[in-house]
Amino acid sequence: MTDKIFIVIPAFNEEKAISGVISNLLKANYDKIVVIDDHSGDNTYAIASEFPVYLLQHAINRGQGASLKTGIDFALQNDANVIVTFDSDGQHRVEDLKSILEPILKGEADITIGSRFIEKSKVPFFRKILLKGSVLVMFLFYRIKMSDAHNGLRAMSKTAAKKISITCDRMAHASEIIEEIHKKKIRFKEVPVTIKYDKETLKKGHGSYLGAVKVIAGMILKKIAR
Amino acid sequence: MYWIIKLCIVLVALFAISRAFLRFKDKKISRQGLLFWTILWTLAVVFAFAPHGVSYFADLVGIKRGTDFVAYLSIILLFYMIFRIYVKFESLEQNISTLTRELAIRGFKKGNGKNRMAD
Repeated sequence: MTDKIFIVIPAFNEEKAISGVISNLLKANYDKIVVIDDHSGDNTYAIASEFPVYLLQHAINRGQGASLKTGIDFALQNDANVIVTFDSDGQHRVEDLKSILEPILKGEADITIGSRFIEKSKVPFFRKILLKGSVLVMFLFYRIKMSDAHNGLRAMSKTAAKKISITCDRMAHASEIIEEIHKKKIRFKEVPVTIKYDKETLKKGHGSYLGAVKVIAGMILKKIAR
Repeated sequence: MYWIIKLCIVLVALFAISRAFLRFKDKKISRQGLLFWTILWTLAVVFAFAPHGVSYFADLVGIKRGTDFVAYLSIILLFYMIFRIYVKFESLEQNISTLTRELAIRGFKKGNGKNRMAD
């Protein structure tokens, strides 16, 4: 089943978590793992290289969106049928992959996005406000109703991966993917997943308010620039 | 006093136009770019010597003072230029990402697997 399923993991300074993430995936028999080291300053690359994974390294730091695109392009070049995007900080659970993949493998959807809000999982209060705020922004911008707009756990068919164009190098790529789904009328489905929060993961990613403001400002400027 | 300001404007304009011309000769800016900068700086000189001309244009768009008109126009122009730079900057950023991506994909390695079952 896992033959042509590629798991794309963008990683930046994740030496503490990357080993656990990769070994959990390998234990679950996902053997096509692509790790993109976004020019980390720590041992992320060296640690990842101890596992039987495809290793790609950015010569300079380009951001999570750029890393995802690198991984997706690599997977497509290597004949992937399904591509999963998976965080390197240990937030995502391998157990959720089955439900994320199922609608794609059954042909019910071309892209599935994890949602931490369908089945109520424990989300810290301020994180919840931030995430619900971006859900509202997504609705105002693209009229898409979603319960969770910034979840990095996604699966996409080869066709969807070829259609989606990621041009936002940094964090705004999550909104851009939703915009692409809307514009290119790609069949999508939200799937309940559980996100593991700890001190490390809360410091990073889509967590900061400043980050959220930057993403929205970027979206507005992009709309004007086109 | 006025003549000092006028002289400054003329000198700055001449310098800017000469720089634009040199950039055009080096093929760093297009013919349209040269035309844009030449017109812009020529207008600055014209308005320095004929401020009534500015007042005339200001009147046309309903602004009372010529200097206000010049200030508004400058702000609009600056915003437009910042926007142009933003667009250019974004495109450069994307080019850098494309290049980084190509290098990363070409130089991919397969991990050795010695730690395969590590936890």
